[in-house]
Amino acid sequence: MKFIDRAALQSYRGECKTRSAALERQILVCCGTGCMSGGSLDVYDRFRELLAEKNIHVAVNLEPEPHGDTIAMKKCGCHGFCEMGVLIRIEPQGYLYTKVKAADCEEIIDKTILRGEHIERLAYTLDGEVYKKQDEIPFYQRQTRNVLTHCGHIDATTIDDYLAVGGYEAFERALFEQTPEELTAEMSASNLRGRGGAGFPTGRKWAEVRRHRNNNLAAGKSAQTYVICNGDEGDPGAFMDRSIMEGDPHRMIEGMLIAALAVGSDTGYIYVRAEYPLAVSRLRGAIEDLERFGLLGDNILGTEFSFKLLISRGAGAFVCGEGSALINAVEGKRGMPKVSPPLYAERGLFGKPTALNNVETFANIPQIISFGAENFRKVGPESSPGTKAFALTGNIRNTGLIEVPMGTRLREIIFDIGGGVPNGKEFKAVQIGGPSGGCLTAEHLDLPLDFDSLRKAGAMIGSGGLVCMDSDTCMVEVARFFMHFTQSESCGKCVPCREGTRRMLDILENIVAGEGKDGDIELLLELADTITATALCGLGKTAPQPVISTIRYFRAEYEAHINEKRCPAGVCTKLRAIAIDPEKCKGCSKCSKVCPVGAISGKVKETFAIDPEKCIKCGACAETCPFGAIDS
Amino acid sequence: MTRERSEPEVIEAILEKTGIGESYVIAILQAVQEHYHYLPQWVFSYISARLGVGIARLYSVATFYENFSLEPKGKYVLRVCDGTACHVRKSVPILTRLRAELGVSAEVPTTGDLLFTLETVSCLGACGLAPVLTVNDKVYPAMTPEAASRLLAGLKETEL
Amino acid sequence: MKNQDIMTVNGIPVPLEGESNVLAVIRKAGIQLPTFCYHSELSIHGACRMCMFEDEQGRLAAACSAIPEAGMNIRTNTKRLLKYRKTILELILANHCRDCTTCLFSTDCKLQDLANRFQIEDVRFPNTNTVRKQDISSLCITKDQSKCILCGDCVRVCNEVQNVGAIDFAGRGSKMTVSTAFNIPLGESDCVGCGQCSAACPTGALVVRDDRGKLWDAIYNPDVIVTAQIAPAVRVAIGKAFGLGKSESAMGQITAALRRIGFDEVHDTATGADLTVMEEAAEFLARLEKGPHEYPLFTSCCPAWVQFAEKKYPELMEHVSTCKSPMQMFAAVLKDRHGEKPQFHVAVMPCTAKKFEAARPEFKADGGAFVDLVITTQELIHLIKESGIVFAELEPEAVDSQFGQMTGAGVIFGVTGGVTEAVLRRVSAAKSQNALRSIALTGVRGMDGVKEAAIAAEGGELRIAIVSGLGNVSKLIERIRAGEHFDFVEVMACPGGCVCGGGQPSAHFDEKKARGEGLYAADRLMSAKSSDENPLVANLYGGLLKDRSHELLHVSYGTH
Repeated sequence: MKFIDRAALQSYRGECKTRSAALERQILVCCGTGCMSGGSLDVYDRFRELLAEKNIHVAVNLEPEPHGDTIAMKKCGCHGFCEMGVLIRIEPQGYLYTKVKAADCEEIIDKTILRGEHIERLAYTLDGEVYKKQDEIPFYQRQTRNVLTHCGHIDATTIDDYLAVGGYEAFERALFEQTPEELTAEMSASNLRGRGGAGFPTGRKWAEVRRHRNNNLAAGKSAQTYVICNGDEGDPGAFMDRSIMEGDPHRMIEGMLIAALAVGSDTGYIYVRAEYPLAVSRLRGAIEDLERFGLLGDNILGTEFSFKLLISRGAGAFVCGEGSALINAVEGKRGMPKVSPPLYAERGLFGKPTALNNVETFANIPQIISFGAENFRKVGPESSPGTKAFALTGNIRNTGLIEVPMGTRLREIIFDIGGGVPNGKEFKAVQIGGPSGGCLTAEHLDLPLDFDSLRKAGAMIGSGGLVCMDSDTCMVEVARFFMHFTQSESCGKCVPCREGTRRMLDILENIVAGEGKDGDIELLLELADTITATALCGLGKTAPQPVISTIRYFRAEYEAHINEKRCPAGVCTKLRAIAIDPEKCKGCSKCSKVCPVGAISGKVKETFAIDPEKCIKCGACAETCPFGAIDS
Repeated sequence: MTRERSEPEVIEAILEKTGIGESYVIAILQAVQEHYHYLPQWVFSYISARLGVGIARLYSVATFYENFSLEPKGKYVLRVCDGTACHVRKSVPILTRLRAELGVSAEVPTTGDLLFTLETVSCLGACGLAPVLTVNDKVYPAMTPEAASRLLAGLKETEL
Repeated sequence: MKNQDIMTVNGIPVPLEGESNVLAVIRKAGIQLPTFCYHSELSIHGACRMCMFEDEQGRLAAACSAIPEAGMNIRTNTKRLLKYRKTILELILANHCRDCTTCLFSTDCKLQDLANRFQIEDVRFPNTNTVRKQDISSLCITKDQSKCILCGDCVRVCNEVQNVGAIDFAGRGSKMTVSTAFNIPLGESDCVGCGQCSAACPTGALVVRDDRGKLWDAIYNPDVIVTAQIAPAVRVAIGKAFGLGKSESAMGQITAALRRIGFDEVHDTATGADLTVMEEAAEFLARLEKGPHEYPLFTSCCPAWVQFAEKKYPELMEHVSTCKSPMQMFAAVLKDRHGEKPQFHVAVMPCTAKKFEAARPEFKADGGAFVDLVITTQELIHLIKESGIVFAELEPEAVDSQFGQMTGAGVIFGVTGGVTEAVLRRVSAAKSQNALRSIALTGVRGMDGVKEAAIAAEGGELRIAIVSGLGNVSKLIERIRAGEHFDFVEVMACPGGCVCGGGQPSAHFDEKKARGEGLYAADRLMSAKSSDENPLVANLYGGLLKDRSHELLHVSYGTH
């Protein structure tokens, strides 16, 4: 069925809204990557099975003629509360059930679906308090979910649900009521800044693409332009874009369609990283739906506008998150960044002007077109308006995906939403912006999180990963971890990044192994300065950030490792003193058997001893000892 | 190397779907890898001739991306996530344990019987479930060395 | 007067004249900003990060990719920049096999040069590349991964300029290398031996294979006589290494030097080229008589092109001239003399691919090769140096009298367009100086990669193309396949022809161009301009070659 014109789309959308409204009772099973790995498909199937047994009419799609008794079963996207998965949301009550197993389904149907009762044991509890409804949970209550508003609430596998919540209304307006110049002006007025890390204003980017397109046209050259969505969310500890692609793929695609109108493009690519197979299949489904309805293809809704959308799957390279490297990858080449200028707004994909934005940026666009730039700017600070999604991970109570206004203070995110540091430990630092970012400490808790404030503090929003670290974390080891990551993900093209990160990693490895030397900190900083100043691409330039910021705020920890051969957090294994406590040792000999270097000897039923000369401090013995006699 | 015999019909079927041209190189190699679980050497000369792209260029692309393997992989590909969240929640001991049990290493990741390949993977974006392990794309959450060991034992059993 | 656009470099105003990048402006200002990965004829790579400059706001950018703008005020030698450059050099050196005293490329090495310029006294990082990793499988080029600094110049030359694609980057990050497909030995790869990679390589990672040892063995073997032929392009490229004028012919000094080294006979390949002209012209005319062909006659003097055609366009081989190269024609003639002792024949060539050609089975008879050894201009320079010969002080000497006659046509073979011009001189009915001069003006001269000429002939005009650089060859072949007609195509694998060969000392474009001009200057001094005017040629056809010209001067590739 193809919509031949605007009226056809509007009438179908109207139907979807009616049908959706009629389906009052819904079971939404979270089918994001997290919950699926926890068995959400089994839960879904079990529900279907039981409902069939009980002769309850089920709607898996929006039915043409729903009736009051029908129960809608939906596979929705990520709620962002993955640790509590499998998550089930029950409508109309808005109950959220956590850690649901297939075995719980019968009880949920019998009690909640059929009788409207709440099942307390499945609800989220915090500090003894039971939270029935999702919206009441502090984790959600303090968020402002705009971009993620549909994630977890609509069926991510069908376009009908998206239409039912007003999907493609913004695109429709853009197509029929606005000129490309007006669209670009609206984007500029909104001051939406790219959510991928650098924070470049989207409107200006589009205007540049449009300008180069027009120049080409005037010069008698091709007017071809491209729109690319960067879904190569490679920062470890970041999964905002994954959740959007899995949970609300149409929202992002609608943003791409609007971009295509603004820059005059007929072809778009979505570049999705290899590690997100579910996102790829959701996007494929969405594209198929759109092609079927004629919202992608030639002469969309009877207009001159034609647009086709292709998926380009990554093959495993972090550096492809960088724009020019991504373009190389889409062209089937090695994902190595290119020199700039030319900017890809001038010569991008296949040498043509290209509008490249990330997933979250595109997902922000429909609301700007629907409700206007002014409305968008009501949230967040003047210079960085709107909301930002963050992934909260690490040593934090509520691991998950959140969305807050730009400029929200770190304290609010870590403590009010994230629930603070678990197990009674103290907050030490938060790594923001992944391997390109820096760490922030307790002194920054009142720092508003927006592009400019963070840059001043020597960190960056990056794509929005927030890794929380408690007092037991060794910051030198954290720096080593990130340097290991960037070093192994360096594309190898430019000298400073290829050779420099490797030497920095060598030095850091020496330090955590107790072989640090006087002058190492200075050499690290010198290398960091050279790399930051001279590396070819943005990822290279920011690679030393974690080292720079940990030295800035935790220099004493580095000095303890180097000068005293001591790891203050007790993390670095090579700096451990491992010894067997003769009081506790029962002489079982297990430790001597696991020791990979044969450093432990003794007679059975007598006290064993470790030869410190041979010991490599791997800690295997301590893990094996059934009596806790080995202290590390 | 059990599959080194050329099978042009397999590649032709792939080219039919992907299209022929330099910009499809990655998609073609991905499809080949999905079929054979690695990239057999003969495929390179075949694709080179069909696409008019040099073999050294194809090799260059294939060796840039982590997901491509020039060596046959095991039937079960186990990947331990070593993203930040998983690392902080102790993914390394899981890796160490599995390596010991399989007798593989970073350099030789595949068992001699071609049943198992053990790799690390950068963040899977399933940080809320850290540490995670995947077996042929199926995600196993909240792993421990013991749980991983049990999972492996289960896989070994089904192969008996 | 029109206000000219000005940029300020280190305080000095520099007019902008359409330079495509800031680096060109800086160099115009007389500043040798260091680079490893910039070559004007290659795409911008931007990887070495040595050419950074700083603007008034303290922002840094790489000069190779930055676009010059009027009013820019930049500095190239600020304290930061010097520090960064030194650190980058240190990082490169830490991963570079630093056996400089025993490296063939020592003193030619750009890395060594810059390390000296920036006075790197200490490398603060442990050297992680101490052991040589040589690939000696190719007869033409020796590759040593331990010397590679990954600037990618060779990769871009091999792919962008030559369209050979034998090497590319493999792996990534600190594991990245420049490699053949599956890291097979270079000698087994798609390499055609043109040596342009080694000409571009700033270090000793890709060098001309060194065969001097075999030469000394022959010189000190009392049971052989050692004969030499010297290709035209060698004489205009050697002088600079010994402080002589850039491009004037040093043929007389080379001859003198070879005699001092211990050669028994010294000859000029130009003589062989005269034979090639005769044969090629005859083949061309005979082909024309047969009527129109879909494909043109391609020349066959260039061994890298022949190999390129065999590997990439085997279906075109039947249109490649059956004439042997001048080197092989002359060798066949020389070796046809049977004296008391067997000959060990050495060809001194500007070309790495000739080493491969000499070893081809097609050029072997009775178990021996016609050319026993090819040494390049680079190796000749080393030979002269190690022999202690003060080249600049040598009195020029003439080649041996037996084959001591040659024409200007044979000499200009060494530059792109030379073969065509020589053949046109041969087929031209008018032989006056002015008639021959007008041939030079038909568009056959100049360093352009593709030149086209239309020559009036009986029954219409002949369309001729002159191509140098294998990438240009591929483009021309595409045009021919698309229906364009040519009668004759001269192909030289190296851009600019043999004067720019892979065995020549490395040089910038201007110097390469001057070498070509040096050959034309030598041509002007020759009394005989057209190969058929060479009395020696007539003698040979009347004597040694009588009824045997096909046997000795033609080849059928791939029949062995």
